[in-house]
Amino acid sequence: MDYFIELFCSGLTRGSIYALIALGYTMVYGIIGLINFAHGEIYMIGAFTSFIVATVLSIYGFPLAAIVVVAGVAAAIWSSAYGYTVEKIAYKPLRHAPRLAPLISAIGMSILLQNYVLLAQTSDFLPFPELIPEFAFMEPIAHIIGSSDIVILLTTTVVMLALTFLIKFTRIGKAMRATAQDRTMALLVGINVDRVISATFIIGSALAAIGGLLIASHIGQINFAIGFIAGIKAFTAAVLGGIVYSGSCSGEPDSGPDRKFCHRLYFQ
Amino acid sequence: MLELKNVQTSYGNIQALQDVNLTIHAGEIVTLIGANGAGKSTTLMTISGIVPCRRGKILLKGQEIQALSPDKIVALGVCQVPEGRHIFADLTVRENLDLGAFLRTDKAGIKQDLEYVYSLFPILAERRHQSGGTLSGGQQQMLAMSRALMARPQLLLLDEPSMGLAPLVIKQIFEIIKAINKEHNTTIFLVEQNAHQALHIADRGYVIENGRIILADSADKLLNNPDVQKAYLGI
Ligand SMILES: Nc1ncnc2c1ncn2[C@@H]1O[C@H](COP(=O)(O)OP(=O)(O)O)[C@@H](O)[C@H]1O
Ligand SMILES: [Mg+2]
Repeated sequence: MDYFIELFCSGLTRGSIYALIALGYTMVYGIIGLINFAHGEIYMIGAFTSFIVATVLSIYGFPLAAIVVVAGVAAAIWSSAYGYTVEKIAYKPLRHAPRLAPLISAIGMSILLQNYVLLAQTSDFLPFPELIPEFAFMEPIAHIIGSSDIVILLTTTVVMLALTFLIKFTRIGKAMRATAQDRTMALLVGINVDRVISATFIIGSALAAIGGLLIASHIGQINFAIGFIAGIKAFTAAVLGGIVYSGSCSGEPDSGPDRKFCHRLYFQ
Repeated sequence: MLELKNVQTSYGNIQALQDVNLTIHAGEIVTLIGANGAGKSTTLMTISGIVPCRRGKILLKGQEIQALSPDKIVALGVCQVPEGRHIFADLTVRENLDLGAFLRTDKAGIKQDLEYVYSLFPILAERRHQSGGTLSGGQQQMLAMSRALMARPQLLLLDEPSMGLAPLVIKQIFEIIKAINKEHNTTIFLVEQNAHQALHIADRGYVIENGRIILADSADKLLNNPDVQKAYLGI
């Protein structure tokens, strides 16, 4: 029974990170009907950015909490810049082209970004610093759920609640929902649809970057290809959870344990 | 108010509008009538900037707007109620109305206009928490018009507001179009296949055929024009 709970908790942790990444797929799909294959690479770039920032800061001896926050913010900003740019150069010019064209462009962007990081950084696995310590108060239940699992679950919950608030109640959130439902009508009420699309890419990329930081510190190593694999998993989650906002949040945490569980059963 | 000068619009190789010229003065109700596929909706979409204007000029109070993006055109006070209503089906009635006022920041004015559209269509106030997709066709048309009014437009473009509605509802909608024009001095450009009703409330009318304006006259004269009677009034 303990073993089951342990699997369930670690599956839930992984699942909630994949959900963060999956949100980027569903949001973009909802707004422009494109499966953004480059999204996994945005997550990978987030992981690399947080790796670089965290390593530098730890050399200077900053406290762990500060490192986590600064690395997370830096990764979110840097990944958002990539997401924004990818949309502008690879998708926007093809907005009125047949659907296959931006899809191919997305695959191209994915390959380009992977190889760019491969050349600019390294092809080796890099050891990611352990950013989340074992808390003393977690001792009694540490055999079931680790401290990093708790931090990850709390972080993803807070981020998703914030996103839900943004989508439901803010001006940009309303504009996003309107654009997803009826682009022509969104234009006719005066919504700047280009800006909504940019905002969607920026938000989705920031979420992926946070996912990148969390998962990298959880697993302990990164390389240039992690985006591809995570991308496929998150994309699967997005499809299984339904390509809608709320669906991906609720769909993935369930499929997380399942996936992990099946994985363990298969390999043991 | 609005002037189209030799406007041409095409979809790929299909030329949908050929040298369309028309003028709408402030405070008028002007109607554009024509058969299916004549280019009525294309005319409105070109004015709103959704479909690019290939050649010619569109002047709003003397300012060229044919190269502006749709949101800029809305900001200048030109709002369209498109054919088929385009209600945001998953959003509530209230959220649909709020989106109509998307570009406005005057909270007090928005509240006042919300009460105004609720007074025009009390059913919308009753259904304000219901999602837009659950309304009947007539109610959706009312919501679509109200949403446009929430922008406090100076020029309201209406694309076949009577389409698919019961005669009694059509009568109500046309009365309200007249009321909006009178009470708020909103200029109205009304596209219709229902030529009879449209010409009865309009000051002037244009007839479009295959992307060309073939007739322009006062509404009374068009009603009595034998060609119009034969082609569009079924007399
Ligand atoms: N999105 C489109 N793509 C290609 N052709 C179109 C499109 N919309 C309209 N058309 C064509 O343009 C012409 C005018 O259409 P439209 O303006 O919708 O006519 P109306 O509103 O008068 O019924 C028609 O021949 C129609 O087939
Ligand atoms: Mg039409």
